[in-house]
Amino acid sequence: MKYLHLIWAALFRSKTRTMLTLLSVVAAFLLFGMLDSVRVAFNSGGNLAGSKRLVVASRLSITQMLPYSLLPQVEAVPGVKRVGYAAWFGGIYRDPKNFFPNFSVSPNYFDMYPEYSLPPAQKAAFEADRTGAIVGESLAKRNGWKLGDTVPLQATIFPQKDGSNAWPLKIDGIFTVKDAKRKGEENQLWFHWKYFDEANQYVNGRVGWYIVELADVNQADRVGAAIDAISANSDHETKTQTEEAFNQSFAKQFADIGLIVTAIMGAVFFTLLLLTGNTMAQAVRERIPELAVMKTIGFSNRSVLWLVLAESMLLVVLGGLIGLALAAVLMPIVSAGSGGMIQLPTVLPQTWLLGIALMLVIGAIVGALPAMRAMRLNIVDALAGR
Amino acid sequence: MKNFLVNFAIIVALAAGLVGWILLPWYAVLALAVLVALWLLLTRSGRLALAAAKVGIAGLPQRWGASSVIVVGIAGVVGVLVAMLAMGEGFKATLNRTGSDDSAIILRGGSQAETNSVITRDQVPLISSLDGIARGSDGKPLVSPELSQVVNLPSRSDGTDANAQIRGVGPQGWTLRPELKIVQGRKFGPGLRELVVGQGAMRQFRGIEVGKSVMFANQQWTVVGEFASGDSHDSELWADADTLASTYNRQAFQSVTVKLEGKDGFRKLKAALAADPRLKLDVLTTRDYYSKQSEGLEKLIKILGTVIGTIMAIGAVFGALNTMYAAVAGRAREIATLRALGFRGLPVVVAVMLETMLLALLGGLLGAGIAWLIFNGYEVSTLGSNFSQVVFQFRVSPELLWSGLKWALGIGLVGGLFPALRAARLPVTVALRAA
Repeated sequence: MKYLHLIWAALFRSKTRTMLTLLSVVAAFLLFGMLDSVRVAFNSGGNLAGSKRLVVASRLSITQMLPYSLLPQVEAVPGVKRVGYAAWFGGIYRDPKNFFPNFSVSPNYFDMYPEYSLPPAQKAAFEADRTGAIVGESLAKRNGWKLGDTVPLQATIFPQKDGSNAWPLKIDGIFTVKDAKRKGEENQLWFHWKYFDEANQYVNGRVGWYIVELADVNQADRVGAAIDAISANSDHETKTQTEEAFNQSFAKQFADIGLIVTAIMGAVFFTLLLLTGNTMAQAVRERIPELAVMKTIGFSNRSVLWLVLAESMLLVVLGGLIGLALAAVLMPIVSAGSGGMIQLPTVLPQTWLLGIALMLVIGAIVGALPAMRAMRLNIVDALAGR
Repeated sequence: MKNFLVNFAIIVALAAGLVGWILLPWYAVLALAVLVALWLLLTRSGRLALAAAKVGIAGLPQRWGASSVIVVGIAGVVGVLVAMLAMGEGFKATLNRTGSDDSAIILRGGSQAETNSVITRDQVPLISSLDGIARGSDGKPLVSPELSQVVNLPSRSDGTDANAQIRGVGPQGWTLRPELKIVQGRKFGPGLRELVVGQGAMRQFRGIEVGKSVMFANQQWTVVGEFASGDSHDSELWADADTLASTYNRQAFQSVTVKLEGKDGFRKLKAALAADPRLKLDVLTTRDYYSKQSEGLEKLIKILGTVIGTIMAIGAVFGALNTMYAAVAGRAREIATLRALGFRGLPVVVAVMLETMLLALLGGLLGAGIAWLIFNGYEVSTLGSNFSQVVFQFRVSPELLWSGLKWALGIGLVGGLFPALRAARLPVTVALRAA
């Protein structure tokens, strides 16, 4: 620690060079912070609390619906605390490009998501209103909806009994999700399954999926198997997964985000290694006489090695931290600026950790060669400028 | 202070110049290149600049470590940019190739994709009798009522379930899509539980090789053939519509594809459809229908690619600045000597710029080349608008390579300009005396 001042002075010996290198590091870690947070958010459909829930959907395909009559049978499976159900509606608001998930839900559906919060008065209003709906805060903001507004949702799959596609729904509640990682889940609209079931033209007594809350998290496998056994060999076989696995299998089908992020960051960090490596090599080359003097006055080979290593690590860590901080500031701004269209999470704790580990590793790799060179300096040759 | 103002003016001009540069069409770039070349070769200051640049470029091998920072940095930017855009381009190309102007798809009014659409059985004869639909050699209208069923199949990569689309087609389905060719086995027989698999789906999913049988809805289906179409149908499995409907207890169809009669067939069909109050349906040419599906994703990838590319480019600019400042500082004496010999500011600036641009061009070529080698034809899949996997290939088109090179030169321009100005402003006497 007592050498910090020395290292700092060495680092800013050539201001232009250090600043330019620092800015490159900032750019690299800004990108890393954004991409990695997106990757983590994309791959974690639910957190630990989510794995208390199972999703029961048709084994045949995601578009196949299940009979409502399955409900009492699923409820009767030992280990099941309660069961909710929902059906995909797939309505559009104004423009098909303005997509958000909207589905009809069972009366107890909201209670199964304790991580969502909704004022009790709004919840009561929703329960009392046959054609009411609740929406997430981001979605409401994006479309400028307020409590009491009527949203003219247009059906794409399920017209009303009279053949009309208009499903006007009144907003009775606006819910929020606290977890920053899951802010994207505020982008949905729920309304009553009962209304959907009675008013639509095509399907009757059918639900899209059941959500099962477990009494004991450790019994997920057994309960899942028992539920699937109910409908085995029928025309509505089910497949029960934890909510996490269900979401992930969906996300994975869009694209292998992990692979894309890794590939891009690989290219970025390789370039960064070369760039900072070059800077450090230059810095040491310029300072050879100084280093020789330091050795002459008693700095050991080892401490010279550490001084140079510490300098390169300081350079990368400094730039990296600024970059990640910038990402943390920028992402909410982008989310807000897009009016909720794009939901970027903030920089997540695991991204910070991974980022700092990467900074130290890159700093060490980049510093290694110049530091070795500084360590092996022969005082006489160096002072003579040979 | 004066330097500061000049620098500020240059930065503003640079920003405007870069925007113009990215938008510049190829012939304008060519004209610009020719002008610069003429200036270099024909005028006195141009020839001086060329001579000074030759000195710098001859010294490049000595500074290969530092110079490679520019090359690799820019190669990284261009590589990532081209690869990302090639993904969007490939998806668009696959869907744009699908469909044609002489066939149309009819969907329930308001539904955006086949998955959402319902066409009841009693509507099919009504549709068949509409104006504007072509007739086959036997005098029957060329229509194919179809339904699409999403099924879970294990993916080839890791065996987890992914969504595949089975398309049930009517007897005319093959005639309506002449681009579909059977490459292995045969077509499915009417009324039989037989499947023909697209070659994209074949590569994407396990257990659907020709001759194998698969279970759908507790019924055994046999794969009897493989087809190739080179478009998004490649990701589908085909079966007889009526057999598929009975397997999944489906009473209604989802879409009707028809062959259009002559040039204004579409107009006639649309008018006839609007005139029939019994049919609340939408009609689109199949080309429009499929190209509309690629819009959202393609736009998203384009924005993402540009944002990521821009951030990387900013990083690369700093790297290039760093290298060129170091190069100018290292050659301060050499440059001062040139100046003392009578080289004026402009030739010195141009010489440093030319050197940077050369390195940038190398980097751009390297990045674009790597992107092309690795990603051209690279096959991936994503969820399409029917909730099922669409297989497509990255497409590194010449236009993309070209725009990658433009980015590279843009980065080189910014990275070279300020060091070049510093070189030109170097006080000759001080620099000559420096060690």
